[in-house]
Amino acid sequence: MRPESEAELAEIVAGAKGPLVVRGGGTRAFGAPVMGEVVETAALSGVVLHEPGALTLVVKAGTPVAEVEAVLAAEGQRLPFEPMDHRALLGTRGAPTMGGMVAANVSGPRRVQVGACRDFLLGVRFVDGAGRVLKNGGRVMKNVTGYDLVKLMAGSHGTLGVLTELSFKVLAVPQAEVTLVGRGQDAATGVRVLSAALGSPYDVSGAAHLEAGVAEDASQTRVRLEGLAGSVAYRRDALLKGACAGFEVVEGMESAALWREVRDVTPFAAREGAVWRLSVKPSDAPGLTAAVRAQGIAAQAIYDWGGGLIWLLVDEVGDAGATILRQQVAVLGGHATLVRGSEALRRVVPVFQPEPAPVAALTRALRGKFDPRGILNPGLMG
Amino acid sequence: MEMPLPDPAVLAQKPRLVERLLQVLPPEAVIHDEMETRAYECDALTAYRCPPLVAVLPSSTAEVAAVLKICHDMGVPVVPRGSGTSLAGGALPTADSVILGVARMNDVLETDYENRVIRVQTGRTNLSVTGAVEEEDFFYAPDPSSQLACAIAGNIGMNSGGAHCLKYGVTTNNLMGVTMVLMDGTVVELGGAHLDPGGLDLLGVICGSEGQLGVVTEATLRILHKPEGARPVLMGFDSNEVAGECVSDIIRAGVLPVAIEFMDRPVIRATEAFAGAGYPDCEALLIVEVEGSEAEIAEQLGLILEIARRHNPVELRESTSAEESARIWLGRKSAFGAMGQINDYMCLDGTIPVSQLPYVLRRIGEMSQQYGLGVGNVFHAGDGNMHPLILFDANKPGDLELCEAFGADVLKLCVEVGGCLTGEHGVGIEKRDLMVDQFAPDDLDIQMAVKDVFDPQWLLNPAKVFPLAASLGRRAG
Ligand SMILES: Cc1cc2nc3c(=O)[nH]c(=O)nc-3n(C[C@H](O)[C@H](O)[C@H](O)COP(=O)(O)OP(=O)(O)OC[C@H]3O[C@@H](n4cnc5c(N)ncnc54)[C@H](O)[C@@H]3O)c2cc1C
Repeated sequence: MRPESEAELAEIVAGAKGPLVVRGGGTRAFGAPVMGEVVETAALSGVVLHEPGALTLVVKAGTPVAEVEAVLAAEGQRLPFEPMDHRALLGTRGAPTMGGMVAANVSGPRRVQVGACRDFLLGVRFVDGAGRVLKNGGRVMKNVTGYDLVKLMAGSHGTLGVLTELSFKVLAVPQAEVTLVGRGQDAATGVRVLSAALGSPYDVSGAAHLEAGVAEDASQTRVRLEGLAGSVAYRRDALLKGACAGFEVVEGMESAALWREVRDVTPFAAREGAVWRLSVKPSDAPGLTAAVRAQGIAAQAIYDWGGGLIWLLVDEVGDAGATILRQQVAVLGGHATLVRGSEALRRVVPVFQPEPAPVAALTRALRGKFDPRGILNPGLMG
Repeated sequence: MEMPLPDPAVLAQKPRLVERLLQVLPPEAVIHDEMETRAYECDALTAYRCPPLVAVLPSSTAEVAAVLKICHDMGVPVVPRGSGTSLAGGALPTADSVILGVARMNDVLETDYENRVIRVQTGRTNLSVTGAVEEEDFFYAPDPSSQLACAIAGNIGMNSGGAHCLKYGVTTNNLMGVTMVLMDGTVVELGGAHLDPGGLDLLGVICGSEGQLGVVTEATLRILHKPEGARPVLMGFDSNEVAGECVSDIIRAGVLPVAIEFMDRPVIRATEAFAGAGYPDCEALLIVEVEGSEAEIAEQLGLILEIARRHNPVELRESTSAEESARIWLGRKSAFGAMGQINDYMCLDGTIPVSQLPYVLRRIGEMSQQYGLGVGNVFHAGDGNMHPLILFDANKPGDLELCEAFGADVLKLCVEVGGCLTGEHGVGIEKRDLMVDQFAPDDLDIQMAVKDVFDPQWLLNPAKVFPLAASLGRRAG
């Protein structure tokens, strides 16, 4: 089904007799497999409002991300949280939509500096599981009127409602960017360097470490700076004298390409194996990878967000490291999501990190309020 | 403002309640003497007062859980309180409620520079979080003007902002995790030193929930290294329109100032009379502040001044020293005090789309004439968060009511032009009854359904946020 309007969508949901599979572009389908009738948002498309002088953008949820990026680029602006494109990694096709991006709270390397997708989302309209059209938030940058359900909708993977309209804060594309690249550091050293750079006054906008064999034979530690040209040059020199001594300087388009690679996890696209996405305290990251390897499971890691985000490619032997990763993460704090894995693996390993009982109880009860009949992507988040 | 009638059954239980609270708390942490409970009768919205039945000051998460369990058992409402600086009546007690103050819980639990986080008990004041990391040149970014007094607890309750939020975001953008106690005494951990949740973003809902979903006892906050320096520039303009255009042009140019503050003529005149900062007598004044090293500041200000000049400012003053910077900020920082010198005032907090600035300022001016009450505007222009200050005389019968009616009209105007009732102060009791102007019944219903999940008996922070009529059925059931 492909509703042409919010009202039609509301009718479809209200009248649904069974489960619905909510689909934007279908490029980020990484939750548990869901059975049901497909509802596509693609026809709910278009930019509703773009006020460059107010840094405000309102779009319908089915609008392709690419279209929005083009509209913004024409005014020298962008989505600051640098959303990942999952297609290469997951081998999916189609056009990623704004709704799908929000539903998965997709952010990229710049998250560590400016915040996540949810931090730039100002307002939502959506149809809940009872078929009601609801709104929360708005289009202004500061808003504490009532409970913040905007954050709740971001990352809810279509299980609380079908998003129909979204407003964002956007930012200007900076004049210049540069990446400092160091080679040959082990993960622990790399993450320490990234911590030092992120803990400096130099406003680092990307901080990643790619293990040896991921991008090239040697490991790479990458630090990105963006801003006015003079400022970028100043901060580059300051870091080269300090945390990033001896690093190579990569500028402009070449620098941008380095971050697309990190953002989209392209080094793992063509390699076999399951892919985990872990969010942890940065200094815990290298130890987690080591713990998986200690189980005899081959693994390769890309550390983004200064180490706080680990992309882990593992052999699909046994449970692909699920037990050890989830145990460790439960103790250390954080979570592990199985972003890519065979059907067989996803049948035995929950895709999302199981939650402690009181949190799971709250989550379940909230789902019951937003989707009383349990028809929206049921079971997708576990 | 109408408040629900106190429940006589709860009032009658006071002796038993005090006895049970004394079983889990030391005597000095249970305040039940009628003279002493007065200290908690209001927050910074002083027009409304009501002493609570009892006030408790626990000193650990376990004690908070024990208190909540008792109140839950006995059906006693609980009002969480940080420092009581809410301007919205968010911490106003009801006569049958227990004030649960976290002021004694002010320890730093962990400081982690490598991972750029600090974990504190939530009674700690906002400024003293920065105080705890300053020796390493770090800071906690959200900086409400009340930061000397207000607690992280209340900042989380209200999702508070500050002068520098244009660059650094508000509380929710800097809050990474909490320990929270539900009304039934269950302790929940959300988030931590890692970014973003693995499941639903419950932390995002807690922040700004005005003490109605749980009592937050500990918080993990993001800390940042301080910038190398900061410098403001002052600009005066002949019209609000032009100042508004200048703000737009600056924010779309790709320089991101940390603050853009706006003052209109009434406020400029009042602050001049009060603090003598040497401001020009013009229609609109902007203070734009940028951060970085000397060279970076010069680069950004170069761009900003070039934009400003295109708008023919009547005054353009770049600071060249720390003293000049302080003078530029002096008037802005004394603006509330200056207006308070003239009369009592009510501070509004609506947000509007930046493009609507000139229109809204004009309409506020017209309303001021109609109501016969003076008004000054001072606000965060970069994000459209207005703070109209309406002057009234608290001793003149009817003036407060007149002022409230004026305020309500201004907030409705904010909603009408695409904005909202409150940008950072919260709804509390003050804007509770205006919620129907911003939200349709279903939009309110889904928010109240969230409250049903966390606090099924509706015991936490009663009579705030939702119009009493809208929540009646739920509170009864
Ligand atoms: C002079 C002045 C200037 C101000 N400037 C600003 C400003 O620039 N920006 C801004 O945003 N605000 C400002 N405020 C408003 C106020 O300071 C903020 O709302 C502040 O965050 C309140 O903190 P508090 O600790 O005093 O909270 P309180 O007033 O005690 O409580 C505020 C709310 O939080 C809830 N709460 C308190 N503790 C907890 C807890 N442990 N768990 C759950 N909920 C809890 C309360 O129930 C209440 O709803 C200003 C106030 C004054 C008086």
